[in-house]
Amino acid sequence: MLERLRCMLVKEIIQALRDPRMRFILFIIPAVQTVIFGYAVNTDVRNVKTAVYDQDNTPESRDLAARFQRSGYFLITERIGRESRVRELMDRGEVKAILRINRGFGAELGGGRTAPLQIILDGTDSNTAGIVLNYASRITARFNDELRGTQLPRSRGARVFAGGVQLQSRAWFNENLESSNYYVPAVIANIVLIITMLLSSMAVVREKEIGTMEQMIVTPISRSEFILGKTIPFVLIGFIDVAVITAVSKFWFQVPIRGSLLLLFGATALFLMSTLGFGLFISTISTTQQQAMMSSFFFIFPAMLLSGFAFPIENMPRVIQYFTYLNPLRYYLVIIRGIFLKGVGADILWPQMAGLLVLGSVILGFAVKRFRKTLA
Amino acid sequence: MDAITTDNLTKRFGNLTAVDGLTLSVAPGELFGLVGSDGAGKTTTMRMLTGIMDPTEGSARVMGRHTVREAEPLKEEIGYMSQRFGLYPDLTVLENLHFYADIYGLPRRGRDEKIGLLLSFSNLTPFGKRLAGNLSGGMKQKLGLACALIHTPKVLFLDEPTNGVDPVSRRDFWRILYQLLREGVTVFVATAYLDEADRCNRVGLIHRGKLLACDTPDNLRGLMDGTILEVRTPDPRRAALLLRERLEGESVGIFGDRLHVVTRDAEETGRAIKAIMEGAGVTVQSIRPVEPSLEDVLVSVLSGEATR
Repeated sequence: MLERLRCMLVKEIIQALRDPRMRFILFIIPAVQTVIFGYAVNTDVRNVKTAVYDQDNTPESRDLAARFQRSGYFLITERIGRESRVRELMDRGEVKAILRINRGFGAELGGGRTAPLQIILDGTDSNTAGIVLNYASRITARFNDELRGTQLPRSRGARVFAGGVQLQSRAWFNENLESSNYYVPAVIANIVLIITMLLSSMAVVREKEIGTMEQMIVTPISRSEFILGKTIPFVLIGFIDVAVITAVSKFWFQVPIRGSLLLLFGATALFLMSTLGFGLFISTISTTQQQAMMSSFFFIFPAMLLSGFAFPIENMPRVIQYFTYLNPLRYYLVIIRGIFLKGVGADILWPQMAGLLVLGSVILGFAVKRFRKTLA
Repeated sequence: MDAITTDNLTKRFGNLTAVDGLTLSVAPGELFGLVGSDGAGKTTTMRMLTGIMDPTEGSARVMGRHTVREAEPLKEEIGYMSQRFGLYPDLTVLENLHFYADIYGLPRRGRDEKIGLLLSFSNLTPFGKRLAGNLSGGMKQKLGLACALIHTPKVLFLDEPTNGVDPVSRRDFWRILYQLLREGVTVFVATAYLDEADRCNRVGLIHRGKLLACDTPDNLRGLMDGTILEVRTPDPRRAALLLRERLEGESVGIFGDRLHVVTRDAEETGRAIKAIMEGAGVTVQSIRPVEPSLEDVLVSVLSGEATR
């Protein structure tokens, strides 16, 4: 039994590593993808191209515009002199925001009255627009605070209004709210999913396609030896990929690793049960590698979209939220982010790990059961 | 005890009956040929005998083992070479052999000798480090045979082993098979080549899943009613059409550039053929009686089957 399993493993590993393209896909692509994701998947909004339409042109209005510029979030690229230019800039997408200060802005403020400030946003990208709006409110709120601090004592001759609420925000686990900290560790989940599921399904189907399966069936190799021989190499490859991506996250992007790496690998093993289970299942319903690849992608895309990788599950319709409980990626992402950023352990993450265990056992069990039919 | 026995072996795929009530037996040490055209049910029969497929009806035993209930112990006793090259193209010749040696649990001791023997047997020794996918068609088949023989099986199943193999490699291949027969191995070979069937001890003719006849090649030739006249002509197609129309009750077949006409009375028919063809302006180069080949038998049996 062990002897046959060993030779099956040796054969699989020779086959997987003999092809230079395969070596590249298995070990280099994950690192490259991590780097690309780390830079490209970035929801930080900085240097928003902004135009200012200052019809007032007083010290007050210029001060306000300068505050937007100084914040670092806005990059003032143009000062507009005429109304028609507003529409033109927006239509061409040359700016994402336009600040419009009406005539009489300074005079209103000087008189202690409320003066309107308009910000026009390009709402096609609703996420960015929302974030930009948030920055604009913060800048104007601060402007108001300082205005009260300087004007009130001067106009009334005494500190009448000194109370109020000041919000002090602290972002735990990701102090500077860097999106790479959030996304880079999660790339582990996506890469491990694609590599192990896609390649394991194709590795089994390849034996059918090139006719070696028929030859294997007449040998005394048992079903379990065959399945283990086909899946264990991908468990090893999955672990190596996790290690590679973790190293890139840590040393390239300085993503903190606050939790236990041992726990990360343990959870990866649980996650691999599901991905290899799905891979094996796909191999039982496919007769060509092309079919296996198509079926895998049919699973991979919804799995990624509905995992919470980029879009919060809480924002999804309730029916779809229930659906995500069947998605192994959902649990694994919580575990990865928990280990990397929060540094929590199994005492907190056990429900997700239990979820992966249950899901993995069911899928793997079902796939192994179905696998018999293709051998018979 | 017979090496292979089948009893009403039947396989249906939906409405199609691929193998229909096959009953035969093969003695130990025999070279048995299963002969039929493409789609006759040869591969399906092989797959049922080797335990790859379960029969819909009936049963088969190989070396006394039931092919469904005792499929696992059966596998230790048989070697099988599928119609398509079934080895790993991205492993070398030696890696393939070692892999199969491991799978069959060959003891370490004596393993290298066995592999060396199989390599020299099949003239593959110089190609040990070559990837199996880069071998020529004939060498691939010989490697397939070597892998199927690694565990010294008692019964060897070969599914169209020389399909697409050059004549030299084919001769090599048969030399190896005769060597195996001398060692007492039972060989069950499916083939569409009738000249190969002629080399077998016994031949089963299979057509549309049914076993039409099963006997020694000589006895099968005896199944022919009458003798065979070989007609040479520059225009065999036209001649065949003509003769089929005018010669009553005789079967006419085209064999390359010649016609074979089966007849009870060679002299009478010979004159009739000459008269018909010359009357229609088709040149007759020669007409002479020949020994029936298995191909003639197959055509004759099949045409009998068709008129029945």
